[in-house]
Amino acid sequence: MIESIKILRRQGKQTIPDVTNVTLPGVFRGIPIIQDKPCADGCSACIEQCPTDAILLDVNGRISIDMGKCVFCGECAEVCPSDKISFSKNHLNATTTRKNLVIAQGMPAEVKFDADAIRKEIQTVFHKSLKLRQVSAAGCNACELELNACGNANFDMGRFGIEFVASPRHADGIVITGPISTNMSAAMQICHEAVPHPKIIVLTGACAISGGIFEKSEVLQRQYVEEVGVDLYVPGCPPHPLTFINGILQLIRKRN
Amino acid sequence: MNTLVTKNGESFLVSEIPFVPYQEFTGTVLALLHDYNNHVVHYISLKSTSGILPIVICIANDATAEIHVVGFEYDTTTLRSIESITLHNAALHIFERDLWERHGIAYQNHPWLKPVRFPKNSSHGQTIDDYAFFRIEGGEIHEVGVGPIHAGVIEPGHFRFQCVGEEVVHLEIKLGYQHRGVEGEFVKARNDVQRSVIAESIAGDTSIGNAWAHAMCMEGLRGITPDHSTQADRTIALELERIAIHMGDLSALNTDVAYQLGSAVFGTLRTPLINYFQHWCGNRFGKGLIRPGYNRFELTTALQNRLSEMLDDINKQYTAMAEKMFNSPSVVNRFEGVGAVPENVARKIGVVGMPARTAGILRDVRISHPFGVYGKAPYPAILLHTGDVLARAKLRRLEIDASMDYMQGLLADPRSAYEARPTVKKMPPRSMVISMVEAWRGELAHIVLTDEVGEIEMVRVKDPSMHNWFALAQALRNTPISDFPINNKSFDLSYCGHDL
Ligand code: SF4
Repeated sequence: MIESIKILRRQGKQTIPDVTNVTLPGVFRGIPIIQDKPCADGCSACIEQCPTDAILLDVNGRISIDMGKCVFCGECAEVCPSDKISFSKNHLNATTTRKNLVIAQGMPAEVKFDADAIRKEIQTVFHKSLKLRQVSAAGCNACELELNACGNANFDMGRFGIEFVASPRHADGIVITGPISTNMSAAMQICHEAVPHPKIIVLTGACAISGGIFEKSEVLQRQYVEEVGVDLYVPGCPPHPLTFINGILQLIRKRN
Repeated sequence: MNTLVTKNGESFLVSEIPFVPYQEFTGTVLALLHDYNNHVVHYISLKSTSGILPIVICIANDATAEIHVVGFEYDTTTLRSIESITLHNAALHIFERDLWERHGIAYQNHPWLKPVRFPKNSSHGQTIDDYAFFRIEGGEIHEVGVGPIHAGVIEPGHFRFQCVGEEVVHLEIKLGYQHRGVEGEFVKARNDVQRSVIAESIAGDTSIGNAWAHAMCMEGLRGITPDHSTQADRTIALELERIAIHMGDLSALNTDVAYQLGSAVFGTLRTPLINYFQHWCGNRFGKGLIRPGYNRFELTTALQNRLSEMLDDINKQYTAMAEKMFNSPSVVNRFEGVGAVPENVARKIGVVGMPARTAGILRDVRISHPFGVYGKAPYPAILLHTGDVLARAKLRRLEIDASMDYMQGLLADPRSAYEARPTVKKMPPRSMVISMVEAWRGELAHIVLTDEVGEIEMVRVKDPSMHNWFALAQALRNTPISDFPINNKSFDLSYCGHDL
């Protein structure tokens, strides 16, 4: 008994007190910043280098990065001869609309969170309690491990009434990870349909949002997620637990 | 014996592989596997030309650090039936199944020709749903099906139990739900970065292991040997990945037997370990660190000191907790004697990694086929014998201890700065390389082949789980079904690594 108390005492308090206001340590790569200056003549080094084709070049020679595809490897910043691309430490990049995930040249390191796009019932019904069923549809398990971490002693998502549950019947929505393999698509759809109304869908990770690094694979079946309405996109490979938690909190927060 | 002999990470010409008649091939394989030092690393088909499919097996010798490669040719236009080797050596069963699924090879007397992972079985027109489960008939028997979606936040797979009352008579594991076409994506990829990101996404909990195995193949083909510091840092990263996952697994094992203290403490001890990866390379799983020929982020003096201090600190808390856990009768009693896979069974199935080392079989690529700096700085042999859940938990404990010591040793070594990143050299045509990495689960093996102009023609990946899923099925025999969770957790096998 005394030993157990000693062990716990040595551990100290592990919980992050305010999850909405944290600066992540180390070389965390959050929302990218693309400086508003011209590229070197004829250069397309970043576009060539990007493993998920997340960098787009428009007709005016301006570039943008689609965080729905980005795996935040930072290789583009490394090859750019004009230091035009960098990654901020801002991890708050979850949002409600797909197009808001695209960071254009000259934009600040922030993501637009369209409160108007949120269905009214989400805040009225879920703002105090949200139970989620997670479905891994060919996720590499890094996304899944981070979602698990959301509930651990450090991040403690449970304090906000947000929890993962076993049965879709007990859930208020599903959180999908992975590019959605053909082999998993039917089970995922059945699971979503089993969740009672009102319900939400959250796509977590580059794979779920766009197919990510597996986008061109022939053994995916993404039709269902492309057609069903998505309530929240959480980018990353994998998204940091704080990205997920803050995204959900933003979504269900009570607005007047 | 007529085989090509190669080593871990060395490239060779495909034309050097002897292709022999099937009968001779079978004889060679069985003769090799008769020696306990030998085990199957991979058994794959190469690219077929006008209906002739070359099939090769790679068998590693743990005593001599050699890998034997030998093959036979199969005519896919006639699909003549050939005798399965599985009946004589069960270690081949999953590989023959895989070959059958890919090409429709007509195996005679294979006990278990069922789909492995593809949504459409190319030769049989079946889908993953056309899966004939094994059934036991009888009034006493009842069937329990679980999955593909499980209660927790984990990957999908289907488990089908045949039970008498509470007791499991047979467990069949059906996988494939995670299949993303990894091997094909490697070939489509246009550059090293893309391939590295694919490797890191084969299994997120083994990002370092797979990134390294892939890099080793590319380095072997290009004739590049990374400098000592690069290799030392990869070794540190691999051991860090190992103890982070082991720590999480110890936590989960405690959760499953309702030992809250162990569950919480090991769980929080995992956090600084994976956060360290973020400090080092910007990703909690070490994604983005290893690339063919180099590491993107050097372990600077500041990072080295930080790691050393962190390990010291974790060590104190961890040792106290581990002592307590393994002296708690309530925990030990739940683990002891449960789900035993003894040595004779383990040998028959051909298990690798943890389930081998807990059953008295020293199968550890770090020791037998050293890569990185494991040749110069040997990793200690850790061997247990009971093969049960307790042994699998203990092995994790011993490996965490050993890996922490080992990393401290590497950190104490004098080191020089990274050399300049090597320029990308062309790969030789029609060549092949096999790399093996002892990741936390066990032996990963990657194979890369080049075509006639030296471009990548084929990439094959084997996760240790390919060998080991069957061990979980064996562990459940005559075990109460309520012990499935601790058994499953104690193996902690990979779904996505298996399904690819
Ligand atoms: S987004 Fe990245 S971490 Fe998540 S499942 Fe896909 S590859 Fe894994």
